[in-house]
Amino acid sequence: MDFRFDIIQEYAPFFLQGVLLTIGLSLIAIIVGSILGLAIGLGKMSKKVLVRLPFEWYINFFRGTPLFVQILLVHFGLMPLLFAQPSPTVSAAVSLSLNSAAYIAEIFRAGIQSIDKGQMEAARSLGMTHAQAMRYVILPQALKRMIPPFANEFIVLIKDSSLAAIIAAPELMYWGRAAQGQYYRVWEPYLTVALIYLILTLSLSKLLHYLERKYSTQ
Amino acid sequence: MIKVTNLKKSFGHLQVLKGIDAHIKEREVVVVIGPSGSGKSTFLRCLNLLEDFDEGDIVIDGYHLKDKNTDINKVREEVGMVFQRFNLFPHMTVLDNITLAPLKVRKWPLEKAKATAMELLKKVGLQDKANVYPDSLSGGQAQRVAIARALAMGPKVMLFDEPTSALDPEMVGEVLSVMKQLANEGMTMVVVTHEMGFAREVGDRVLFMDGGYIVEEGTPSDIFDNPQHERTKAFLSKVL
Ligand SMILES: Nc1ncnc2c1ncn2[C@@H]1O[C@H](COP(=O)(O)OP(=O)(O)OP(=O)(O)O)[C@@H](O)[C@H]1O
Ligand SMILES: [Mg+2]
Repeated sequence: MDFRFDIIQEYAPFFLQGVLLTIGLSLIAIIVGSILGLAIGLGKMSKKVLVRLPFEWYINFFRGTPLFVQILLVHFGLMPLLFAQPSPTVSAAVSLSLNSAAYIAEIFRAGIQSIDKGQMEAARSLGMTHAQAMRYVILPQALKRMIPPFANEFIVLIKDSSLAAIIAAPELMYWGRAAQGQYYRVWEPYLTVALIYLILTLSLSKLLHYLERKYSTQ
Repeated sequence: MIKVTNLKKSFGHLQVLKGIDAHIKEREVVVVIGPSGSGKSTFLRCLNLLEDFDEGDIVIDGYHLKDKNTDINKVREEVGMVFQRFNLFPHMTVLDNITLAPLKVRKWPLEKAKATAMELLKKVGLQDKANVYPDSLSGGQAQRVAIARALAMGPKVMLFDEPTSALDPEMVGEVLSVMKQLANEGMTMVVVTHEMGFAREVGDRVLFMDGGYIVEEGTPSDIFDNPQHERTKAFLSKVL
């Protein structure tokens, strides 16, 4: 079997563009997901059932249904309600953000609840409000513990953003499929794409280990 | 200073406080003793609303805790609390632990907060520890920092929940002597403790709790030398 490097060569600029969008989508999703996730995570910890319920169901829905379905719902259902010509890239960013918000909400909740109850009590006993205690005492400690699951979520996002190829958002996987469609070759484009994902995710987990070691020695 | 009337509190079906009446005067040191599970911590934690209560009333320095118009954070500014397990903030230096609440709650300028904190550290004998993190402190040192942290808010009342129970025996003394000094300066204190020596020496009054009631109360010599109730006698015979 011959391996046609010329296909890879021809598509290299597109793969590069694709990889940038893959990273861009994952970055947007992790940032927007963190902001939404913090709010949702705090909401889910509310003592009032009625406040808690919508947040619980948000998390249930986005963790309990396939991301693939969510992307289709957003692109073909939600976005057309807002825009005449929905952009696949925007749809991908929105669905990845909404999805990661659910996972990050759980990361926040678990991180916050892992902090000893005595910390909140000590802060409140000094006259701090709940918000002050969260801001100055609980969150700084919780955030440190969230780094590993958080980095893990980022790795998952890099891989899962490949599903956006189905709505033709031109990220890495999209260009892999394009090359496959043009030349009817499987190994060259898909192995190349797989290798690039692998490089991305492995470097991230290396970075994570480095961070973990750095913070555990503090 | 503190007036508690008919205080009742349940956790689910378990009634832990079954009607507590207590009156704690200014500058008084009240020691609470009693068997495990009798409700001592719960009683103490109701005094700054770390636990909400079901029935009765608590008035502290004129604030009715059950009154909807009472800002509980204001009350807590006047009521310091020291916990069995110190609960220092591990991500902050000793100095930052002490200045946090004065800065954020009292809105003091940094210089004033720092100066006050250093004074308090000197008072508890730890001025050289200002810039270390809590995990490098011994238990006794950590508890003294926790006391300084509570004092930094300038409270009118200090609550202590078994402040020496988590300490190695050789460190109990240093914490008790800080508390004794505080008592001598006229601080109003409510102390839950198993240190009967401290109760006898420093306490103005001893409350004996059992099964959610204050079974007996009196001066230390009343309680320790001449207990009236069978349950008090039984408890004291075990701990003395
Ligand atoms: N948050 C809670 N939820 C349910 N039950 C609780 C809670 N806190 C305390 N209790 C129960 O209330 C009772 C009284 O507890 P409390 O901690 O006030 O006793 P204590 O006198 O301080 O005992 P100890 O000497 O062991 O500290 C115990 O039976 C305890 O199990
Ligand atoms: Mg207790």
